[in-house]
Amino acid sequence: MSDNYEPSSAIGKWFDKRLPLLTLFAGHVLPYPTPKNLNYWWTFGGILTFCLIAQIVTGLVLAMHYVADADQAFNSVEHIMRDVNFGWMLRYIHANGASMMFMAVYIHMARSLFYGSYKEPRELIWIIGVFIFLLMIATAFMGYVLPWGQMSFWAATVITNLFSAIPFVGESITNWLWGGYAVGSPLLTRFFTLHYLMPFLIFALVILHVWALHVPGNNNPEGIDVVQGSQDTVPFHPHYVVKDMFALVVFLVIFAGFIFFVPNLLGHTDNYIPANPLQTPEHIVPEWYFLPFYAILRSVPDKLGGVILMVSSIAILAFLPWLDTSKVRSAKYRPLYKQFFWLFIADVILLGYLGSQTADGLFLLIARIATAYYFIHFLVLMPLLGFVEKTKPLPKSISEPVLSKEEREGQATQST
Amino acid sequence: MKKIIIKITFGFLFLTSYGFAAEIHEPLHPDWSFEGPFGIYERASLQRGYQVYTEVCSGCHSMDLLSYRNLIEEGGPEFSKEQAKAMAAMFEVEDGPNEDGEMYMRPAILSDYFVSPWENKQQARVANGGAYPPDLSVIVKAREGGADYIYSLLIGYEDPPSDMEIDDGVYYNIYAKGEKIAMPQPLYEDGVEYTDGTVATPEQMAHDVTMFLTWAAEPKLEARKRIGFKVISYLIILSFLLYFTNRRIWKDTH
Amino acid sequence: MSEDTSVTRRNFLYITTGSFAAAGSAALAWPFVDQMNPDASVKALASTEVDLTPILPGQSITILWRGKPVFIRRRTPEEITEASKVKLDELPDPEGDEDRVQNPEWLIMVGICTHLGCIPLGQKGEYNGWFCPCHGSHYDTSGRIRKGPAPKNLEIPQYVFLDENTVKIG
Repeated sequence: MSDNYEPSSAIGKWFDKRLPLLTLFAGHVLPYPTPKNLNYWWTFGGILTFCLIAQIVTGLVLAMHYVADADQAFNSVEHIMRDVNFGWMLRYIHANGASMMFMAVYIHMARSLFYGSYKEPRELIWIIGVFIFLLMIATAFMGYVLPWGQMSFWAATVITNLFSAIPFVGESITNWLWGGYAVGSPLLTRFFTLHYLMPFLIFALVILHVWALHVPGNNNPEGIDVVQGSQDTVPFHPHYVVKDMFALVVFLVIFAGFIFFVPNLLGHTDNYIPANPLQTPEHIVPEWYFLPFYAILRSVPDKLGGVILMVSSIAILAFLPWLDTSKVRSAKYRPLYKQFFWLFIADVILLGYLGSQTADGLFLLIARIATAYYFIHFLVLMPLLGFVEKTKPLPKSISEPVLSKEEREGQATQST
Repeated sequence: MKKIIIKITFGFLFLTSYGFAAEIHEPLHPDWSFEGPFGIYERASLQRGYQVYTEVCSGCHSMDLLSYRNLIEEGGPEFSKEQAKAMAAMFEVEDGPNEDGEMYMRPAILSDYFVSPWENKQQARVANGGAYPPDLSVIVKAREGGADYIYSLLIGYEDPPSDMEIDDGVYYNIYAKGEKIAMPQPLYEDGVEYTDGTVATPEQMAHDVTMFLTWAAEPKLEARKRIGFKVISYLIILSFLLYFTNRRIWKDTH
Repeated sequence: MSEDTSVTRRNFLYITTGSFAAAGSAALAWPFVDQMNPDASVKALASTEVDLTPILPGQSITILWRGKPVFIRRRTPEEITEASKVKLDELPDPEGDEDRVQNPEWLIMVGICTHLGCIPLGQKGEYNGWFCPCHGSHYDTSGRIRKGPAPKNLEIPQYVFLDENTVKIG
């Protein structure tokens, strides 16, 4: 389809001949053959792109007023809230936008886990996605430090202190990171710089992520290959452009609900107390989207061990395409995996809850079990299931997901 | 045997008394006019609350993020410009240096920020037995329970239970953390003579000053909810339009 | 339903949705533009009230207004007469003295040279007014350019006398 696109205007022709952006957009992206059976779990990629742009644009205008100095940061944010025209709105969009973006990314990842979108030949899309997720984590963490409230300061202290767990060079690295002997103004200014930079790295990775996707094409709820340009596909525009926009607007209703009516619900009251290096808050808690990882970190009594386990819990995602040995992609046809999928989701939510509580007594015990289960899911269950599971017969095409009864019975005796 | 029974009884009482003393009091939940999607502040209450802050709280608590010009802005107490100018002029701020290189004091004007009772934090601590009276600009957002908590705390002072040890400079308050607080009871019957004639019970003053403090922490609340209603209405209409557009586009597929 | 009506209905739906979405996007853009406008704390300092009582005839003060120096001079009768006697065709930037003051006794102008922005020195220069040391512009007792590279007279800001002794600038 890109081969036969011609811009309609003379200027268009002149430009496209020298830099084929119009061909890329109108000749490739818009008509891109997309499986016609994608459900609403597939709209979160578009939602995430919107979130990224929204965060960059709101962040940009906030940066025109924010001051990244320990003595002025908190007050500069309040200045934005009180004096800057629409400052309160821009700030609340940006703060709640981070939460919305993580909500969307978790749903987006869960979609991939359920439908096997990370499996051959889409492994690299998934791995790029893991790196995007890592950059999101770094960006959000640094962003939370910027208002320089009590949680900002102490979260920065706890997490940067983790680097001192590295053997031999730990303390030097930590002081290098701090630019001093404790969290302070030098750390704040460099965090501001990096927080400004990372979203653009994310943007670049997103381009690679989508490019890699366009090689094999989208996965679909059935998990079976779809012939591009056949009856089983529809052009991306208008079918999925409009569907994505509809899903986005519904998402925005929820987003707006937070911004305009409960803007501080997902935050922590302690962050409205200016940072005090001489007073630690009673319970240092990260933002909700970090809670599962926080629970994993605290489940190990050893500092370095906790760090390694926490990092591994994300790194292990990159290996999923190889840990999962099943030849069947979609959980729709993997009845046993489907149950373990939901168990995994429940485990992550449980870890999230435990991350918000104190790490002692019964909470700690359950957190350890939940952490162990998290790794068992990837390291034991995923490899095993591929061999052990009796999958349902796959449809011949996405237009006929339901085989006739005899065909199904006939298939059942053959599988595995 | 008797000794053992006595020991067990006292031990039991000791342990259960721990339970009584550690009973957590949930904050009171008065109806606030600013709650809910259509909530707004009560103008008159905000003005009375400013009076309570100025006459009672500002002796120890600063409000550095507020400026006298905020008092005339939309969505707040909405004093008139003349009133606000007069209220500002009751305070002195440092300005300068003048031509002789000296700093000098002058009456505050609208663009000045609320005058702090202290020159620095350390001075504040010294005058309050080592405890720093926090700045009140965002106190309602900085405490779990928000306005409910602040309101309850202000009227939560009671005589301590007989078995509790209370040091000097610490007071018993059923809503405070650990039921102890370094702030003495601030509000007493008729502590303030309201200019609008409202009876100044502790509950009334607590209500008004909490309303004022909530506005101080969230001066844009009214505009925020107003715009929010418009935005969400717009988005819902747009979602319907897109839903039907989407249905139309997909009609001939499958 | 004929082909025509259904196409019209479809187009109507698409156009309505598209316009509605476009209108919303335009409205969304405004806060992002407006946030760069002067904020409330800057606007609070946009006007300054000055107490004129301490200024004697022949004295000047300089105050800061919107980040710029403003000369407030209580002119002597001689300076006023000198200013009004000047013929318009002698002036590079013709402007009568009466057009530059509300009360002839009080000359209020932005103390920034209209050449390249330096601050002229008071009661200096060949015309008894101001002299800019950067490139040699001479202003007269009405703050008008008489000699030198400056193209225009010193700017008169917006001001109003609140009473005999107080002027509000801006």
